[in-house]
Amino acid sequence: MKVVLNTLYIQTHGAYLHLDHETLKIKTEERNHQFPLHHLGGIVLFGNVSISPFLIHRCAADGRDVIWLSEYGTFQARLSGKTTGNVLLRRAQFCLSQNDQGTLDTAKYMLAGKLQNTRHVLQRAGREAKGDSDQIPLNECAELYRQSIHNCQNANDLDQLRGIEGYAAKSYFAVFSHMIRSNRDVFSFTERSKRPPKDPINALLSFAYTLLANECIAACEGVGLDPQVGFLHTIRSGRPALALDLMEEFRVILGDRFVLTVINRNQIKPDDFIDRPGGAVYLTENGRKTFLTAYQKRKQEEVPHLLLKEKIPLGLVPHVQARLLARYIRGDTPAYQPFILR
Amino acid sequence: MSRFDILVTYDVNTETSEGRKRLRKVAIACQDYGQRVQKSVFECRVTQSQYEKLSHRLYKIIKPNQDSIRFYKLLGGRENCVESFGVDTFVDFDDPLII
Repeated sequence: MKVVLNTLYIQTHGAYLHLDHETLKIKTEERNHQFPLHHLGGIVLFGNVSISPFLIHRCAADGRDVIWLSEYGTFQARLSGKTTGNVLLRRAQFCLSQNDQGTLDTAKYMLAGKLQNTRHVLQRAGREAKGDSDQIPLNECAELYRQSIHNCQNANDLDQLRGIEGYAAKSYFAVFSHMIRSNRDVFSFTERSKRPPKDPINALLSFAYTLLANECIAACEGVGLDPQVGFLHTIRSGRPALALDLMEEFRVILGDRFVLTVINRNQIKPDDFIDRPGGAVYLTENGRKTFLTAYQKRKQEEVPHLLLKEKIPLGLVPHVQARLLARYIRGDTPAYQPFILR
Repeated sequence: MSRFDILVTYDVNTETSEGRKRLRKVAIACQDYGQRVQKSVFECRVTQSQYEKLSHRLYKIIKPNQDSIRFYKLLGGRENCVESFGVDTFVDFDDPLII
């Protein structure tokens, strides 16, 4: 089985990365680092970091991800090498996306996974919450999710399905702040805001989703699926619709739940944020470092996979699911089984 | 594709300029697979195939009648096998790498 390779995050202003034999060398003003390439599955660069053309070529050849983010963590570009993978698989994917019933079924499987995982998170938060003022809304929302899962099975078309999702998501974010236990005055959550995030929670959510989306794109690319041809998300120029579909089932596990953990454990504190003109809120360099360290640790935690019946690192789950998705698209299995975290 | 830790140590005869050249080549090869922890000691975390590649590459560089290379397999992981005192420059490449 595939090893979860490490991801290297470079956020030091003015760093320069280059290839030296089989190693990656990093020059910064303070000190130099050297890593063997075979330890790295991906490189994420923040802001003003340069990388030598030969290193880019090498990463493209090896299928190692290189992702450029702005200094605030918004996605800018990613390295994409030669078109690889099985053309027959991609053709099967296109055919399935042309077929209305096929698209609806696939979207249902994916959404069911998301709803199920969200419900688990709500139930768990409900159990852990202290006091009725938090417990009751969380339990009510979990009950609504049970209903949504039921409705999702009976949906007749995509619009109906997206309606169910939208309604469920809205009620989820309405009770989101009941799951926050530390520094509630600063980490208050009213509504989801993006581009730009308008409060610390939204800044964290957006950042986590950016990291997760990149991993899902990489997972799709890795098995030879076209990350842009999606089912639940509509196809739009430049939008990685399939990767976003795949991401739905992990969003609450590696995104929301993770963000709540770093806040509730006091790992991320109110002074880890800076306000920018126009009401935007961003993480400081230090805060970003804490966040990324926790994220990497989280990805190494092993979780049980219901279908494989073994424990795998959380970071590997998107790759495993992409493989299961490919199997389903190819017609080897009758249904796609989303990842459910127990 | 599981990985294991190995310790690579070497002695290369540096009396001649070819010897010094071999020494540099050995160091570069080891650097490609792991990290230097002492002057001629490297710790590497490799898969079986990477291990074969490294040992083959080193074997081609050295002169068997003058130099020596030893591989110690740290079964059970370096955290159980290694105790270190004094200056320790080791970085765990599997820990979060944020620079």
